[in-house]
Formats: sequence, structure tokens, C-alpha cells
Amino acid sequence: MSSIVRTLFKSRTEAIAFILFGILILVVLPLALPVFRLNLIGKYLTFGFVAVGLVLLWGRCGVLSLGQGVFFGLGGYCMAMFLKLEASDPVTTAIQSTPGIPDFMDWNQLTELPWFWEPFKSLPFSIFAVFVIPGLVAFLIGWAMFRRRVGGVYFAIITQAMALILSLGIDGNQGYTGGRNGITDLRTLWGWDIRSESAQQILYFLCCVLLLGVALGAKYIINTRLGRVLVAIRDREERVRFSGYDVAMIRTAVFAFAAMLSGLGGALFVLQVGFMSPSIIGIVPSIEMVIFTAVGGRLSVLGAIIGCLIVNLGKTTFSEAYPDLWLYLMGGTFIAVVMFFPNGLAGLTDKFPAARNWLAPRLEKLRAKSGLNIPSLNKTNVIPDEH
Amino acid sequence: MSTDNSNVLEVEGLGVSFDGFKAVDDFSFYLARNHVHVIIGPNGAGKTTVLDLICGKTQATSGSVKFKGRELRGQREYKIVRAGIGRKFQNPSIYENLTVFENLEISHPTGRGVFGCLMFRRTREIMEQCRSVAAQIGLTEKLDTEAGILSHGQKQWLEIGMLLMQEPEVIMLDEPVAGMSVRERTETAALLRRISKDRSVIVIEHDMEFVREIADRVTVMHLGKILAEGSMDKVSADPKVIEVYIGH
Repeated sequence: MSSIVRTLFKSRTEAIAFILFGILILVVLPLALPVFRLNLIGKYLTFGFVAVGLVLLWGRCGVLSLGQGVFFGLGGYCMAMFLKLEASDPVTTAIQSTPGIPDFMDWNQLTELPWFWEPFKSLPFSIFAVFVIPGLVAFLIGWAMFRRRVGGVYFAIITQAMALILSLGIDGNQGYTGGRNGITDLRTLWGWDIRSESAQQILYFLCCVLLLGVALGAKYIINTRLGRVLVAIRDREERVRFSGYDVAMIRTAVFAFAAMLSGLGGALFVLQVGFMSPSIIGIVPSIEMVIFTAVGGRLSVLGAIIGCLIVNLGKTTFSEAYPDLWLYLMGGTFIAVVMFFPNGLAGLTDKFPAARNWLAPRLEKLRAKSGLNIPSLNKTNVIPDEH
Repeated sequence: MSTDNSNVLEVEGLGVSFDGFKAVDDFSFYLARNHVHVIIGPNGAGKTTVLDLICGKTQATSGSVKFKGRELRGQREYKIVRAGIGRKFQNPSIYENLTVFENLEISHPTGRGVFGCLMFRRTREIMEQCRSVAAQIGLTEKLDTEAGILSHGQKQWLEIGMLLMQEPEVIMLDEPVAGMSVRERTETAALLRRISKDRSVIVIEHDMEFVREIADRVTVMHLGKILAEGSMDKVSADPKVIEVYIGH
């Protein structure tokens, strides 16, 4: 047991930060916030799954993907297709010219369910697809790219193109995909009304528990040999290759794993928000997901999740007040982080000891001079920050 | 072209051209078991390219590379490494942020697949192997030191140690003593003599004294081709070699 804990957390501070974060999202926020706000937090946390994937893929392995929205979307659409079919039973859709198919298909003169929708009548298949379809797509794209040693900026551009292709493809095939409006009006999951307050709360907790589990899983990977090899690939690809590792395969596997996590995030997004549309998975959202991760800290699992919360909270708050300025603010934040805090907010915690060492003697001096009762920094009473 | 058991590596008619420029042309070379075989030649002669061709970093356009009778040409790099050929680069190529111990450990051949890496456990055997390799390369005292702060010479030894962890039958070293002090050169020569007791070593080197000290056999390259081959005494007396290389 203790060896597992030691594999998960390098230091006590890390473990404490993780527990504090768990308490925050599982206890404090549900007690403090009304269901509507809690549901918003739950939505932000679904991006945390993407961020955890990006920590492994980008932070650790050095592969920047600007197309994680694609996998978030594939997972989300898999879930939404199931929910839509359940919401489109023949009784509810009796007024359509073809009852029993989703409403947007009927509007587009489709008279039967397309073949690729059929399997999504089954919940087990849909849950399976939430992981497997994003994973498989990423595996094939990753394999094709990494085998040919495509990396860096080129890989980022290709993944970005992928995001554009998928969102345009969905947009342009309204009859099959719901088009620009997306798949809306989702109601029940196996008869359970997901729109009710109690369901929203349960889904929030499900999302939190899964996210914490995924975060622990990622921390575990980081601290195994695989984690060390990922960093080694990032820093000295050639050496790793000539130590007998199949670098392309390892990169592909991490890309596929990150895609599966994104898919799970997408599915939880759909369950909590109640719809899925191409606007959530295109180029801009894909880049935003990278920004969340960068702001929080691309090397730190917990940092990246907190980055998602902070940036999204900022987005909601500021975009309500100053909708025009928000994009500039977000861009500015990203540039500032990249220039001054390349390891994001989590990276700042590394600077704590240095800051304390700088501040402590100065405070002492000030106290001696002024005779004021200034708290001493010499005793280690600094609260460990989230990492 | 039968496989002679005394040769671990047989390279025949190897060639590569970049946009029509023949960097290596009709290069044949036989590496005997437990020999130190040095390739020398002026800058641009194609020495490093030969190593690149053998280890698969560059794809040859002609010829064959047989390792214990098995064709390696066209194989992916990691497969060539797993077959038993280790390669050290010219500039020390180590993981600066990891300790010496971790550098050696990551080079250990168990668990090199994705799931192998996840399941990898630091066993007593692996730890002992790391320690014994560290002793061979003279870094026992530095096992817990971050590799980035080692001296240049120690970094070079560490990379050789990382190759030894893979227990290869052939080790290829590209200018291992470049930038080393005289004392470090002597120690490296002793190290190479030790490790060639049970494996073959190909070395690219400029330093003639060092070559004389370690070489069982020397191949001189010039403009992508072999100019001379034999013992150090024989090639250094060869008038062609003196003209293009040593005489300068």
C-alpha cells in the first residue's frame, strides 16, 4: 500500500495538495454552490480530462496536439447519439413524418436511421465507443505521423487541420449529425432524467470521482518507467531510440491514451450540459484546451486541472461582463504564461522556497526597525499550494 | 560471401548517396569478435555516415549489413539495437535531469514496450547490474548525481555505460575521446580494452596516439571509400594514407 502511495506522490506536499483538491471539489463546492453553478463547475472539470491527457502528451512527451477537441467531440458525440436515440422513441416523435428517428433527421427528409447510428441504441456499446473510437482514431493518426517522424509544429498543424475537418464535416452533414445546431434536447439515460437537479448532482460527483481517478492514474504513469521514458523522449529522442525503445509506438500509445481520456471528458460534458455541437470541438476550443493546460502547468496533473477551472471561471465571469475583451485577455494570459511562467501556475510553487528565502530576512529587518508585530516567515508555516 | 564465425559483423558493398553525392561508396568491412576496430580518415570521409548506415539511422542505397549472418539493412533502429548493436553519439547524449543511476536503469533492456515500461519494477538484479556497470566506467561515487553536472569526460563514460547496460555484442563509438584531458584519454583507452574482452567495438577517432593504443585493426576512409586497412603499423606506413591524411 505505502509503496503505491509512494509511486503516486513524490512528496507529502503533493499528496496533501491532491487531498485538498479532492475535498474542494467533492465537499466544499457542492455545499457552497447552487446546483446551477455546480453544474458549470462540472462542465469545466470535463475539460480537465483533456488537460490530464495533455500533461502526459505535451508536458511529459513533448508532443503538442492542437486537436484534442476532436477526441473530446468524438466521445461526446458517441454519448449524445445514444441519448438522442433514447429521446426519439416513436411515441414522443409521433408527429414526425418518420417517427422513431431523431428530429433533425426528419427535418432533413431522412426516412430511416443511418447504419452507423444503429449500434448507439445500446448503452454498453456507446460507453465502449466513448473510449474506443477516439482511441482508435488517435492511434491510426498517431501511427501514421510518428512512424514518419512527423513532430513538433507539423504535428500541431495536422492535428489542428483534423479539428477543422471534423467540425466542418459535422456541420455540413446535418441529416446525419445534427449539423451546426448539434445534437440537442437530450433527456434520459435508461429512463433516468438527466435534467433533474438530483441527476445533475449525481453526474457532478461521478465526473469528480472519475477525474480524480484519472488524475491518480496519470500520476502513476508519470512515476513509472514509462513516465521517465516519456521525458527522455521529449529531451533526447535519438538516445531513447538507440536504447532500443520504439519511440513511434510509445508516442502513438500516449496520444491514443490522451484521446481516450478526452473522449471520456466529452461524454461527461454531454451528460452534464445536455447537448453536443461542432462549436465545442473545433479549432478554437482545441486551442483553448491547450491554454488551460499551459496556464495550470503542463507538467503537473493537478495544476492542469486547476488551470481548467481558473481559466473557465475567468471566461464565464469576464465574458459575461466584457464579451469583446475576453478573447484578448485569454490570448494575453497565454502569452504571459509562456513567456514568464513556462511551467504555469503549478510551476510557481517551485519558486516558493526562493521567495521565502528572499522575503524572510527583509521582514526580520523591518520588524527590528519598526517594532511592529510582523509575522515571522522563518517557521515553515507556508501552506503547500496545489501541485 | 559465406558467414565466417570469427566475424560478428560483415558489411559488404555498403553505399549511400545524398542527391547524387556518394557519401559512402562500396564500403566493405569485417568486424572480428572481441576486436577493437578503428575507422580513421579526414573530415568528410564518411566515417560517421558508416555508423549511421549500420545502426539504421540513415538508410543505405546499396550493399548489405549482416550481423551474425542476419541481414540488418532496412530494419528499424530499435530492432537493430535489440539485435545487439549499441551506438554512442559524438556529443555526449545522456539524460541530464536524471541521476547516473537512472540513466543506467533506463538503458536496461527489460520492459522496453509500452506495457513493459508500465510494469517495470526495479529488481535487485537490475540494481546490481547498474552498480557493476557504474564501477566499470568509474562512476560508482556518482550514482546519485544528476548527470547534467558531470564533467564532459564522465558524461562520455556514462553514455558508454548506458550502452553496456544493453549488453550488446557490438558497440559503436563516435569520437569517444574528443575534448577529453590526457588522463581521461588514458582511462578511456583502458576502459575500451576492458569492454572489448567480451564484445567487439568500432571506434571512430582522430587522435592517432589513442588509436595506436587501442586498435586491433584500422580502416582508413577517404572520400567515402576505403583507402587502406590493416594493423596500425601497416596503415600508417602506407604511402596513400600518408598522402591524404597523416602527412598533413
